[in-house]
Amino acid sequence: MAKNIFLYALSTCIHCKRTRKFLDEKEIDYDFVYVDKLSGDEKEKAVSEVKKHNPKISFPTIVIGDGEKVIVGLKEDEILEACQK
Amino acid sequence: MTPEKLYETLKKIQEPKGYFFNRDQEFVMELMHSLLENKERLGYMACPCRLASGSQKDDKDIICPCEYREEDVREFGSCYCGLYVSDDWNQDKIPHEYVPERRPPEKIKF
Repeated sequence: MAKNIFLYALSTCIHCKRTRKFLDEKEIDYDFVYVDKLSGDEKEKAVSEVKKHNPKISFPTIVIGDGEKVIVGLKEDEILEACQK
Repeated sequence: MTPEKLYETLKKIQEPKGYFFNRDQEFVMELMHSLLENKERLGYMACPCRLASGSQKDDKDIICPCEYREEDVREFGSCYCGLYVSDDWNQDKIPHEYVPERRPPEKIKF
């Protein structure tokens, strides 16, 4: 069964861009948000969500399922393993 | 300012200090674009890989080159973004490790 994969990213961050490229190449379905493009309540909400999964609030933060697995950074092997399980 | 001009300017300033651009030219030029984008959006060149607040005062520590570069390059051979690296890193004399975020989260204002 496909898992929900959510990517918290920054539009200017090269590791985030490459993470999207990697997910696309591997044909992994995901949703994402560019946190830096948000404002007001939306931004605050997104940052709190990132903080909950990754207290360092760094990007990219990939949340798999309901948060049973969180991957920070473009760690290709870890992403593949977690998404294919 | 064009990304190419920014590249040349920074190279002249940073290389004599021992900070080299990542040998991946495409990677570096993408970051030059992002730095200029931040300059336009925020008024200052905040680290493209970090969440900027929009306040230059609050983001003082992450204006590129950030305050954490020295320690990151010393420990990992690369800054957090991977823009600046040591000569050894570029020559594969040291492993290319993932550089964890060093900025304390309490410094992030949003």
